[in-house]
Amino acid sequence: MNRPWLLWIPLAVVAFFGGLAIFGLAEPEDTQVHSAMIGKKLPEFALPAATAGVPALSNTDMADGKPRLLNIFASWCLPCKAEAPYLEALKAAGVEIDAIAIRDKPEDVATFLAEFGNPFRRIGSDRELAVQLQLGSSGVPETYVIGGDGRILFQHMGDIRAEHVPMLIEKVNAAK
Amino acid sequence: MRTFAPLLLMLAAPAFAQGSGPTPALANRQLADPAQEAQAMRLMHSLRCIQCQGQSIADSDADMAGTMRAEVRQQIAAGQKPHAIRSWMIDRYGEWVSFEPDMKGAGLLLWIAPFLIFFASIWLARGLFRRRT
Repeated sequence: MNRPWLLWIPLAVVAFFGGLAIFGLAEPEDTQVHSAMIGKKLPEFALPAATAGVPALSNTDMADGKPRLLNIFASWCLPCKAEAPYLEALKAAGVEIDAIAIRDKPEDVATFLAEFGNPFRRIGSDRELAVQLQLGSSGVPETYVIGGDGRILFQHMGDIRAEHVPMLIEKVNAAK
Repeated sequence: MRTFAPLLLMLAAPAFAQGSGPTPALANRQLADPAQEAQAMRLMHSLRCIQCQGQSIADSDADMAGTMRAEVRQQIAAGQKPHAIRSWMIDRYGEWVSFEPDMKGAGLLLWIAPFLIFFASIWLARGLFRRRT
């Protein structure tokens, strides 16, 4: 045996993969698919109004120099109901919020707004998920911070909870 | 109550959880040109569904998979190349959306690892055999 160190190579390889496996187990799992559109301009779209009485939404509506939130919701989505009071809180703090309703009917959106309030300036209706796909959004609810120039700055996945409200206000203010 | 329980379960929220809306026409309708459809189908089998994450968009019945299939077929019909459509999806959802990792970064390591291990083991085995003779 002229090169005894060779014997250690298999052990080192096994130890490396073992370590990798333990590292993988210790790392908390993130099964969310984040949008790759952060930092990019909003895609071009012009959605019809989701319900009577609230204006429709196009990408140019959100490039008027004022940063705001874009909320992706649906009347059939349970966590969307849970986040409704926090959207109200954000609106009360002076944050402007636009929304896209996913796979929804006008009457269902109207019922939802009547029950949970309407914190939205505009609501576009995306019944075929076409805009959701272009946004790189993977579910409801999701909330984006949109810069005054129509650039996507931040994506919050899942419902907004009390602890997320100050963070979102700060992100919108930072974009001013 | 026991007799009604299954009935109530059938009416439970999950049955309606996906909301209602039209499915894009091209989600479930093949392209007229068989060659284009085959091209689209090959690509759809290698793109991952965002909603049911283990399935390809060709296999998944989720709404988002339908929208993604329609997008693939539309772009193929418009003459777009499959690799460009894959990049279009990656631009929106990141590398995650593709079942075929790109040959760069960690993806490159994935592609060349089998060859590296193969040649390393030949090299190791050669040493062992040489000592026997």
